[in-house]
Amino acid sequence: MPALSRDDVAHLARLARLELTDAELGHYAEQLDVILGAVQRVSEVAADDVDPMSHPVAISNVFRPDQQVPGLTSDQALSGAPAVEDERFRVPRILDEE
Amino acid sequence: MTFEQAVEKFDPVLGLEVHVELNTETKMFCGCPTTFGGDPNSQVCPVCLGLPGSLPVVNAKAVESAIRIGLALNCSIAPWSRFARKNYFYPDMPKNYQISQYDEPIAVNGYLDVEVDGQTYRIGIERAHMEEDTGKSLHMGGATGRIHGADYSLVDYNRAGIPLIEIVTKPITGTGAKAPEVARAYVTALRDLLRALQVSDVRMEQGSLRCDANVSLRPSPDAQFGTRTETKNVNSLRSVERAVRYEIERQADVLDGGGVIVQETRHWHEDTGKTTSGRTKEEAEDYRYFPEPDLAPVAASAEWVDQLRTTLPEPPAQRRARLQQDWGFTDLEMRDVVNAEAVELIEETIAAGATAGGAKKWWLGELARRSNDSGVALADLGIDPDGVARIETLIAEGSLNDKMARQVIDGILAGEGTADEVVASRGLVVVSDDGALTVAVQEAISANPDVADKVRGGKVAAVGALVGAVMKATRGQADAGRVRELLLETLGVQE
Repeated sequence: MPALSRDDVAHLARLARLELTDAELGHYAEQLDVILGAVQRVSEVAADDVDPMSHPVAISNVFRPDQQVPGLTSDQALSGAPAVEDERFRVPRILDEE
Repeated sequence: MTFEQAVEKFDPVLGLEVHVELNTETKMFCGCPTTFGGDPNSQVCPVCLGLPGSLPVVNAKAVESAIRIGLALNCSIAPWSRFARKNYFYPDMPKNYQISQYDEPIAVNGYLDVEVDGQTYRIGIERAHMEEDTGKSLHMGGATGRIHGADYSLVDYNRAGIPLIEIVTKPITGTGAKAPEVARAYVTALRDLLRALQVSDVRMEQGSLRCDANVSLRPSPDAQFGTRTETKNVNSLRSVERAVRYEIERQADVLDGGGVIVQETRHWHEDTGKTTSGRTKEEAEDYRYFPEPDLAPVAASAEWVDQLRTTLPEPPAQRRARLQQDWGFTDLEMRDVVNAEAVELIEETIAAGATAGGAKKWWLGELARRSNDSGVALADLGIDPDGVARIETLIAEGSLNDKMARQVIDGILAGEGTADEVVASRGLVVVSDDGALTVAVQEAISANPDVADKVRGGKVAAVGALVGAVMKATRGQADAGRVRELLLETLGVQE
């Protein structure tokens, strides 16, 4: 497997809205590489007859009935919000001015 | 370049993505209600607000609806299907990801046949997948309430988590100049199908059915696909047709002038009839989809799918053909009925005792006019099929005439009660008592000697003026048919 490059890490950091310094990019690239290498070892033992799984337990069709369950009041919902206006969450400008 | 020149010179290719909000009681992954129009942030819980530690659980009814939609669209239902996380930062999704489906959608590879001007187009369905709706944002401080130039935004998460089915077509080719109409016909047919399945309110104006239109042009039908644009915010059937038409013209102009089409999202503006460039994507979208670890896969067994197949309604096109035959309407009449969205109304009116002709007369005549004047859909006018059927019965019995029937409609729409209650409270009774009418008939004849002479001389049609005079004298409460008979009798004329 090719090593995770600094560019890859910079790309991921941008997608995750993380601001990393040059030193940090190298640091994380190294660390992530080790993690990927460890996970990669799974493919050494997983044969073709083992289906990939996305859930730790082999279950399917876990459903709930279409019935209402009491949720939060708007006061409760908004209680942790940094800013509120007209019963709505107030968020900073979404698009930069261009 | 005109549209005609554009489609002469280029071959349009369409792709339509329709999002439909399901009409389940609760959201896709939590038990919050889905009712439209609640107070902001009053229909939320830790799951749909994305609070730490909360876990989603799939709504069984939503999966059932998804499978039924897939079956109605002639899709294969995947025996194994998973949810996936679509990661992106945007305040309308509080989790910073949307739970959707990616490489394992619930339904794939189907089709829907639509008809335009007598020709059938088979629209291939690529996939139908389950996902959750986003919250609603109000953009504040800008000039137009749009995101561009806004100072900040206000978010209401009542809609976040409402079950959505996204239905994606395969590239639609071979439609040429009919492309805009085929696009509209497809969304219309899809809406009718979803309505027949009773899985959604399918109200475009409320956003429970939304369409994104992908359009590209190529020099000829055997050339490779051109670069496409995706037009969003297309919120009515008419807009689907207009937006596709506009994009074809716009792209043709760009290409004809030697320019290139930029792959981008464009926004449709109902008022100007144009699309404008949305966010240009500096780099390809990278949503880092991965299987949703908080949800177990959906395994639709053959038994389950077969059982759901038995719940499918008669396909709308087939049903319309059957009803048209039952009712004895011409193609043109039936098209008017369909366009007025009066199929169900007329069906129920007939079931309540009216004739097909009578039901059509009121729904497409007087009531359609009132619907147009007020901008309220026929079904929401405030008179139901039972009311219309009762009015028809009263007319057939001779106890109401058309003019009085319109007064009964006035009363019903004004909330004065049922047809019979309005008749009673407004004292609407046809005067067919000959004694009372004879006086009015004599007066009409002596007041209009010229007309009377014409009728005596053989111009029977002229009697209409005398009928009108009698109706006026009796304030519209006479039985016009009986008045005519009495007039002709008195004048000694036979028809």
